[in-house]
Amino acid sequence: MSNRFRVLRAFFTESESPLDTDQIRTLTGSVPDNRPGDADMLVTHENNIRWSGRNLDNRFEKSKKRITAVYRVFSVLAAVMIIAVLLFTVTDLPSFGGVEKPTQNEVQQRYLEKGLEEGGATNLVANMILDYRAFDTLGESNVLFMAVCTVILLLRISQGDTDRRLREENDDRHFEPKNDLILQTGARVLVPVIQLFGIYVILNGHLGPGGGFSGGAIMGAGLILYLSAFGFARTERFFTFRTFKTVSFTALSFYALSKAYSFFTGANHLPSVITTGTPGAILSAGLILPLNIAVGLVVCCTMYAFYTLFRKGDM
Amino acid sequence: MLQKLADNYVSAAAVILFGIGFTTLLLNKNLVRKIIGFSFMDSAMFLFLAAQGYIEGGKAPILDPDQLTARTTFINPVPAGLVLTGIVVSVSVTALMLALTVRLYRRYHSLDIDEICRLAGKEES
Repeated sequence: MSNRFRVLRAFFTESESPLDTDQIRTLTGSVPDNRPGDADMLVTHENNIRWSGRNLDNRFEKSKKRITAVYRVFSVLAAVMIIAVLLFTVTDLPSFGGVEKPTQNEVQQRYLEKGLEEGGATNLVANMILDYRAFDTLGESNVLFMAVCTVILLLRISQGDTDRRLREENDDRHFEPKNDLILQTGARVLVPVIQLFGIYVILNGHLGPGGGFSGGAIMGAGLILYLSAFGFARTERFFTFRTFKTVSFTALSFYALSKAYSFFTGANHLPSVITTGTPGAILSAGLILPLNIAVGLVVCCTMYAFYTLFRKGDM
Repeated sequence: MLQKLADNYVSAAAVILFGIGFTTLLLNKNLVRKIIGFSFMDSAMFLFLAAQGYIEGGKAPILDPDQLTARTTFINPVPAGLVLTGIVVSVSVTALMLALTVRLYRRYHSLDIDEICRLAGKEES
């Protein structure tokens, strides 16, 4: 219990002394692996503890404290100045909720008046982000995908590194709830409802409030709840690294290809097979519904991947 | 001047929130707290942007399929779309920063930025 608390404190306090080998051993039940990097690290640690503890000159400590105090005063002053200048700017802005603003221009008027006719969705925001500005949304989905790729590069433990893998699993068993009855009962009731609501939000994105991003985030949250309640053994039956790769790649390429077709036919005034349909029907608004589904899948996979990578270093 | 600030109370709140985030970023040495400050600044920006699109008495820009011809005032949909982009980017950036922090913690067993700089400098020499 106290060890657990110490680790948590190391995460949330400013200057906690680093864990030493014995602590790591008691925490994880195994000796930290002896690769050269880590061994060097431990040596540096011991030096470091000796340094900061005893050998430091008292005067040096005092001047350091003074510098820190000056720095703190100046940073508060700088922040207050920034707030003051920005507040002064706010007084010159057009008032909140007014009609006479430079933002109320012909762009938004066009979106509001012609949106239904040209895009076909009754949710005019969905019309804007997935029809007029679809390229921007493709960029957003790619940003998410690239963020996951970078996190994978940084945190994924390689297949051959069994030591690290075992250590992470050990940590997982120590610090995460395992077979918690309250959590499992709650998850059994909540997860289906959450997933259903997420699917509703995605499929209803062109008719009402919602869309791929919010629905995908809801579904990802449902998956995370399921994982915390039932553990990796249950989720790995349907969601592995391979699933993540396949789903993200398929969704992103579907988005890019279908929108490329739509841009090509639109720019060249060619007849397109995609029609806007009757407004208000579930199968209407051309490409907006399939694009919402693609975006929702990418977001769902991304949220879940972030969680698993941070928790275990793998999916 | 105070009257104008009261008129624009959402923007004023956003600016103050931004300042709080900035102060958090400057005053804390802990990397996780710095990231929290960063997220504060992000949220302040979204609040500010979303507030610019509001029109008094305007509804959310969603048409009722039964009354397509009825004229209602809608709020400006452009800031909503821009804020969506911003939120996605901020989520990605936060995840990236946290992943880098995890790597730094694994290497130096500390989250204190000064400590990390000192250890890194020692390692180099």
